[in-house]
Amino acid sequence: MSRINSPDELEKVRQEIISRENPNKPCISICAGAGCIASGASEVIAAFKAEIEKQGLMAEVNTKGTGCPGFCERGPVVVIYPEEICYLQVKPEDVPEVVSQTVREKKVVDRLLYVDPTTGEKATHEADIPFYRNQERNVIGNNIKIDPKNIDDYLVIGGYSALAKTLSKMTADQVLQEVKKANLRGRGGGGFPAGTKWEGSRNAPGEPKYVIVNADEGDPGAFMDRAVLEGNPHSVLEGLTIGAYAIGAHEGYIYVRQEYPLAVENVTIAIQQAQEYGFLGKNILGSGFDFVVKVHKGAGAFVCGESTALMTALEGRAGEPRPKYIRSNVVGLWGKPSVLNNVETWANVPLIINNGADWFTQFGTDTSKGTKIFSLVGKITNTGLVEVPMGTPLRDIIYKIGGGIPGGKKFKAVQTGGPSGGCLPEELLDLPVGFDELTKAGSMMGSGGMIVMDEDTCMVDVARYFLEFLTEESCGKCVPCREGMRQMLKILTNITKGKGKDGDIELLEQLSETAIEAALCALGKSSPNPFLSTLQHFREEYEAHIKEKRCPALSCKELISYYIDPDKCQACMNCLRKCPSEAITGGKRQIHIVDQEKCTKCGTCFEVCPHRFHAVRKISGEPVPPPIPEEARTIVRKSKEK
Amino acid sequence: MSEILLKIDGKEVKAKEGMTVLEAARSAGISIPTLCHHEKLEPYGACRLCIVELESRGWTRIVVSCVYPVEKNIIVRTRSEKVDRIRKMILELQLAHAPDSFILQDLAKEYGADRDRFEKEPSFCIHCGLCVRYCAEVKKKNAVGFVDRGIKKEISFIPEIASKECWNCKECFPLCPTEALQAAYVLMEALISPPPSFKREAEK
Amino acid sequence: MDKHIIDQIIDKHNCEPSYLIQVLLDIQAENNWLPREALERVAERLQVPMTRIQHIATFYKAFSLVPKGRHQIHICVGTACHVRGASRVLDTVQGLTGIEPGETDLDLKFSLETVNCLGCCALGPVVDIDGKTHGKMAPAKTADVLKNYD
Repeated sequence: MSRINSPDELEKVRQEIISRENPNKPCISICAGAGCIASGASEVIAAFKAEIEKQGLMAEVNTKGTGCPGFCERGPVVVIYPEEICYLQVKPEDVPEVVSQTVREKKVVDRLLYVDPTTGEKATHEADIPFYRNQERNVIGNNIKIDPKNIDDYLVIGGYSALAKTLSKMTADQVLQEVKKANLRGRGGGGFPAGTKWEGSRNAPGEPKYVIVNADEGDPGAFMDRAVLEGNPHSVLEGLTIGAYAIGAHEGYIYVRQEYPLAVENVTIAIQQAQEYGFLGKNILGSGFDFVVKVHKGAGAFVCGESTALMTALEGRAGEPRPKYIRSNVVGLWGKPSVLNNVETWANVPLIINNGADWFTQFGTDTSKGTKIFSLVGKITNTGLVEVPMGTPLRDIIYKIGGGIPGGKKFKAVQTGGPSGGCLPEELLDLPVGFDELTKAGSMMGSGGMIVMDEDTCMVDVARYFLEFLTEESCGKCVPCREGMRQMLKILTNITKGKGKDGDIELLEQLSETAIEAALCALGKSSPNPFLSTLQHFREEYEAHIKEKRCPALSCKELISYYIDPDKCQACMNCLRKCPSEAITGGKRQIHIVDQEKCTKCGTCFEVCPHRFHAVRKISGEPVPPPIPEEARTIVRKSKEK
Repeated sequence: MSEILLKIDGKEVKAKEGMTVLEAARSAGISIPTLCHHEKLEPYGACRLCIVELESRGWTRIVVSCVYPVEKNIIVRTRSEKVDRIRKMILELQLAHAPDSFILQDLAKEYGADRDRFEKEPSFCIHCGLCVRYCAEVKKKNAVGFVDRGIKKEISFIPEIASKECWNCKECFPLCPTEALQAAYVLMEALISPPPSFKREAEK
Repeated sequence: MDKHIIDQIIDKHNCEPSYLIQVLLDIQAENNWLPREALERVAERLQVPMTRIQHIATFYKAFSLVPKGRHQIHICVGTACHVRGASRVLDTVQGLTGIEPGETDLDLKFSLETVNCLGCCALGPVVDIDGKTHGKMAPAKTADVLKNYD
């Protein structure tokens, strides 16, 4: 790779790379994102490479591991180009058939196609799959086309043309105005207008200025940034460089959580390759603009996703947030003007520069422009990453794209915004996603985590869960957060254990007020949200736990008992054998009985009892019926009653 | 440095640019309670006791006066129903750790805080940070520091440094509102093996 | 731990105090835990107070100040996995190994940690052992998975 010294040279190199490959040359793209790798994608990639070699097709067919396209539930995902035939849940054993049938003979392997669970219809092409069809994949759509470890793939799809346009045809101010006009708001959770943030830094006194990518992605259940940074790292680098130019910064940092080793690896390779081509470093594309980027790994602290804590961590200290009375875009890293934005925010910048602010604003609502990537997880049929225009109703995301709740269960709530957000019940599913709409209903869009919960989820336990998370992740500096949450967690834990009492809810509300008003940072100030939103929409569950010692969702261990209905039990011995605590007595033709003293409430018996018997029941709020007398425990088979 | 005019509790106060609201109030003889503040140390903003109500450009909100920089024409109220309510809660949360602290008890009387509102916690450190910051910023010895985070956060001495420096210093001891510091020191002494050299020196 | 390796790591990061966390991450990756002598060497060379290193080594959960077992079990307790029953998987693993999160067993065989989201939410509940991700875990499956590790 030799250094590219001007925008014209870039176009020449791009054409050279494109012309090197026949666009109709078959290409087997296998998702190599962390999710699919966990499902065995590495073995599938190796199997394809081996099979291609075996069949002597190495010159005729490309094989590549690509970025994450988002359909993680059905991984490993394979897309065969140029036809764009999409195969799901591919195993190494399927590979020879795929190569022989699809790659060589252009025939479709039926059993690997997507099947619509309601209509039974199969979808051959990626674009036909309902999961993808209803999305607007501006940012994440390219992932399946590129090998993130190869910068040439990014050039083929037009990469770095926005940077070239910026450096050669636009002033820093023009870039700022375009981003402001597009109303690009931060995708990390805060939703602050990026253009305004950039302008604040540009105008603030102090050198050097810094630009920072927040790739900490601490919200559990959210993995949008992982997919973008891992799958298309150059889109983030390009956006970051454009931003640096607009602000007047020459040094950038990418703070990546260490729990994402593949993202760290891919972005490090990307920086190296960008440097080789001259997209980073001195005199980029002959413009005279210098810019370098360094990668810093996180070390396991959710609070470091907060911008001031992140900057403190970059300085090599414990990530304690700072007061934001003076904003960090004026006094930030090392006390200098610093613009920190989320991965997805930066990835949108090249699109805005190339297509224009007017293109960007055609998507979305009045106040929330563009598209947003969501991670749709939990009790949902199609788990994965979903990119839709702002303003899309939650109902569409969950049902049209997500395929609704599996197992015939009923939807209960969707948790959005991570530990700072809240739960929204069924009645509010017509709300459009956006920065402001969900906040009015007691939740927030946050970074895009969308966790779907069904009738088996206890909402009091959800509040307790988030509080437990936050008490561990809190930096511990200020009293309202550290001490307030300590007490809130105690009270909520007691409630889930049947030790709740009158006055608990009022005390929790007062502790919430203290945190919201007086905590040091956004982690503390938003820590009561999961409790407040579940109280607002599911108050009856709190009252049942406190007054009746009953868990309506039959989930809280201390409040439920597992009971085998003697009328339904057919003594199949399944639960007896699988019980990890050996708490079930019985035998062949002897009704099984759970010893409540030994039972650890793991739920295994409930899961393994054959559906046709449906003999195991969960009981809450009432005493367990005593075991039937020994004499009555023998099953008389109906066939013997003739 | 230019002069900034603001109102605190109805009183016109002249402050210098760069001052915090707490400094401005104190210069005008208006008292605001604090726990983690010390004139010799950088403002810390951890105890949140010095919160005040601040009205500016039509909006009212709660801010922490020891770190909030003065702005012209802001209206500050050091007491209000909300401020008092939150201060009371903060004291009650601290009293769960150190119910016998004189400083906390005095403040508790002022705000009607109930010492027994919460069950007692095992650790009586209230994390004002005075000891850690004093040793770092004034003595520059860094003999005591913080460990862990969230509800598990504690203070801890560095035995190698403390065994050399602390015996003859102990300037942080009177700063501790709860005597948790003294307890931590005694614990550290007990756990060092062999015994710190200063004891052997003292025995000579 | 070999002092030479520690010095190499420090030099790789140009002996920059602001890279303290990166230095410690590399030592942790190399040695599986942070021995006291390593921290003292880092304090000496980077010229940072031991209190700062102590705070960082305990504040960030990637670090361990005690030796770890041969096999690291990480159980994801992120929201998506929690909703799919991760706490029951955790309970069962605790029962099988005899240790709680943050602990290592006496044979130094297993170390158990909880993690808040590995980004594989589609496969929840997720258990990561030595970097290998086991998806769609259930209490009934844990014994079989753990059997493979000695």
